[in-house]
Amino acid sequence: MPQQKIYEIFPLGDAALTIDFGNSISEKINDTVLNLFYAMRQKPLPGMIEAIPAYSSLSIFYNPFIVKGKIPVNETAFGFMKKETEKFIAGFSWNETPPIRIMKIPVCYDEEFATDLERMAGIKKMDKAEIIRLHYENQYRVYMIGFLPGFPYMGILDEKISLPRKSQPQQVAPGSVGIAGRQTGIYPFNCPGGWNIIGRTPMKLFDPLRQEQSLLHAGDTVEFYPIEKNEFLNLIK
Amino acid sequence: MSLRIIKTGVLDSIQDAGRFGWQFQGVNPTGVMDRFSASIANMLAGNNPDAATIELHFPASVFLFERPALIALGGADFAASVNGEPVPSLHPIIVNKDSLLLFSAPLHGARTYLAIKGGIDSDEWLGSQSTHLQAMIGGYHGRRLHKNDQLFFKINIDYSSILQNKEFVVLPWKVDQARENGSENSNELFVLPGREWDWLDEKSKADFLSASFTISQQSDRMGYRLNDIPLHVVNSEDLVSSAVSFGTVQLLPNGQLIILMADHQTTGGYPKIAHIISAHQSKAAQLKAGDKIHFRMTDQQTAERLLLKQQLHLLQLQNACTFRLDEFFNK
Repeated sequence: MPQQKIYEIFPLGDAALTIDFGNSISEKINDTVLNLFYAMRQKPLPGMIEAIPAYSSLSIFYNPFIVKGKIPVNETAFGFMKKETEKFIAGFSWNETPPIRIMKIPVCYDEEFATDLERMAGIKKMDKAEIIRLHYENQYRVYMIGFLPGFPYMGILDEKISLPRKSQPQQVAPGSVGIAGRQTGIYPFNCPGGWNIIGRTPMKLFDPLRQEQSLLHAGDTVEFYPIEKNEFLNLIK
Repeated sequence: MSLRIIKTGVLDSIQDAGRFGWQFQGVNPTGVMDRFSASIANMLAGNNPDAATIELHFPASVFLFERPALIALGGADFAASVNGEPVPSLHPIIVNKDSLLLFSAPLHGARTYLAIKGGIDSDEWLGSQSTHLQAMIGGYHGRRLHKNDQLFFKINIDYSSILQNKEFVVLPWKVDQARENGSENSNELFVLPGREWDWLDEKSKADFLSASFTISQQSDRMGYRLNDIPLHVVNSEDLVSSAVSFGTVQLLPNGQLIILMADHQTTGGYPKIAHIISAHQSKAAQLKAGDKIHFRMTDQQTAERLLLKQQLHLLQLQNACTFRLDEFFNK
């Protein structure tokens, strides 16, 4: 890919840097981020602790104490890591695409779980059934896992059912499926949350004792399908 | 049995230096809030500086030692006593069995660290013993400590020749708590500009650097919300979420600031105004609701130099502590 530089590197404090590919939600950019993330996991930069892929950026955490031990006194650890990152990107093959998984997620849209659906139907002047259909008929990409362990940021939601997050966060149950702007997400845990809740999945988004703790990975394709409440109750056991 | 909780503290949990390498799955590092003080407590107890300690908030748990142990306390001063006798922080102390350790007043700071020689035997998850309160795993069954919980020591050591039936013995050396971070003023935090620093209007930039901010009641291990004058941005662009870190200062939509601490989320979408430098994060961890803080802008070079200075200082302390303990036990 890039002939000219299509990214910027800026410090995230004194122990991390962010490679920013532009403030946008795009599958192509997200592919680039994930490619780079997997490549760096295989061949970490010197002093690197870990990397965090997001929508359109990759952040690299490093140990400045270790890095400083490898470089001349007048050079900063950030300056060194920035150069190493640029070198890595220059020598990196952009052709690989991460494997695509299609993940089917059951969602129960019953009013008991869809705590914000009624309000949403009012604001949007739409049938609840129509909102639900528009939600599950679409296919979504998991752009990133963040905020909480296993929380997937998915898009892009149909404009017709997009709604800004609530101004006052409310307590949400694990498995709650929410809408914020043109994103949809699933809360793995009981916590205060501001997304508009329209259903609940019986699947465990995050299980600390599972081999793969997070059910979803960045880059996955997600398809929701509706289930009845009795099915939900059977599956949750 | 080794250590029993007799009374529940407000938020006491097992924490080590943190769980790294899993943030891509949204697993935040957690770990001790004040890494500097936890390291010192560990060194005094002859442990690896990153080992698991018990992080105590006030009112703290009351502990009953069911076996003798060599302990050390670092961080906040909560007026510790053993069987009613005051005991000092920053000294190794050998405590006899059937002794009660309690904390009677929050004299200074917000968090104190109890280290036990040989370490605490608790649940490890993804390479760390830190309690992950959200995922409910790690440390003591993934939760904070409660009355009647029993903790085990990794090793039990015979201290009878030193104790000679005394309730406790304070070993005759201590470390100085000086943080060696270029500013011993506990309310002054050095910061680096964040990616969205330039989003602030000129007045807000000036306010950020000159005003004093108050840590609000809505402050915990996840972050500190700051009250006072709201700041304003000239840019109202929506940010897509990206990684944040311990010490990141974000601007909330209502113009208030939040400083992210040990249990911070892995990513965030609010403007990143500044970052508290690593060498000052431990100091920030000893602040509590009502405390006032000032931000002072510094540069990458200075931030790294101060971190290096602090790390080298800790290494020297570690060597000195190891030497004194070895000498004491081998004499």
